[in-house]
Amino acid sequence: MSGKVITITSGKGGVGKTTVTANLASALAMMGKKVVAIDADIGLRNLDVIMGLENRIVYDLVDVVEGRCRLRQAMIKDKRLPELYLIPAAQTRDKTAVSPSDMIVVCDQLRQEMDYIVIDSPAGIERGFRNAVAPADQVIIVTNPEVSAVRDADRIVGLIEAEEKGPAKLLINRLKPGLVARGEMLSVEDVLDILMIDLIGVIPEDESILIAGNQGMPVVLSSANGTSAGQAFRNVAQRLEGQDVPFLDLTPKSGLLNRLSSWLNKQS
Amino acid sequence: MSWLSRIFGKKESSGAVAKQRLQMVLIHDRSDISPGLLEQIKDDIIEVIARHLTIDPESVVVNLAQSSRESRLVAEIPLQLNGRRQKSSVDSDSE
Repeated sequence: MSGKVITITSGKGGVGKTTVTANLASALAMMGKKVVAIDADIGLRNLDVIMGLENRIVYDLVDVVEGRCRLRQAMIKDKRLPELYLIPAAQTRDKTAVSPSDMIVVCDQLRQEMDYIVIDSPAGIERGFRNAVAPADQVIIVTNPEVSAVRDADRIVGLIEAEEKGPAKLLINRLKPGLVARGEMLSVEDVLDILMIDLIGVIPEDESILIAGNQGMPVVLSSANGTSAGQAFRNVAQRLEGQDVPFLDLTPKSGLLNRLSSWLNKQS
Repeated sequence: MSWLSRIFGKKESSGAVAKQRLQMVLIHDRSDISPGLLEQIKDDIIEVIARHLTIDPESVVVNLAQSSRESRLVAEIPLQLNGRRQKSSVDSDSE
């Protein structure tokens, strides 16, 4: 068995890398895959709280790298799913505690027993980013439909190309369909025009994400299964598995005014 | 409503403004050429060309253009023949 390493990165902070990591890892595990999520944001760990596993941390990634525990001991089992694990980051160290080659060694070991290794990259383009990208088979760049986030995503596209990691895929997070319809937000097409990479998913802005974060329960796992964000994440997981899943129709359904507005914008 | 403001000629929608601004800033980011460096290159080009030909420095345009993920440096240098600006290039400039 040789698992696939997927790195979630963005350049800019606050675009939703950790939320995407938690939800993709959970969605893949829901499909019966063996999945481990790794928090590579050493010093600023957060994947543990988003997944609701913060109270069960004993060992972390740095303990593994520095030989204080076996890899298995640092893997926290998520009890909600049969084969979902988290390797948390160390909170009291910094990015230099781990090197890109350490990450390759750890991931090569994990590949032997897992189907997917999903890495949550820190923001920025320095050591932490290089650690997260070094073992990747597939890089997913998360962006928001905003000037600053797309600009940073473009920088990451260039860096991934230079690393010869194969083409990165784009995940547009926090899209507000109503604003796009009124022409007051970059559309999916605008962002793709600019970045010129393949799209793997579009996640609509959804307050259930915030609620899920409060509860430490990724939206794909929460009872609010009808949420469009939850569905969008499950679709991304299926696309990673090679399934051809159509993109959700995110044009606002309610409100004649919105629809008329969207139509008029297209005409002009 | 953006289309309303467009009908009344008020302003472009902010989404379109965002896209244009991104396109401009990314041309410079991708090529690692700042607007200042571009000005310097322009001055140097003018100096070299002016050694051999009569040109109007004011009408020289040096810009970065983007096609897919490739950037190109595009210089437009209208020639002045017999001391006059060429008619055709004036026409194409004004359009």
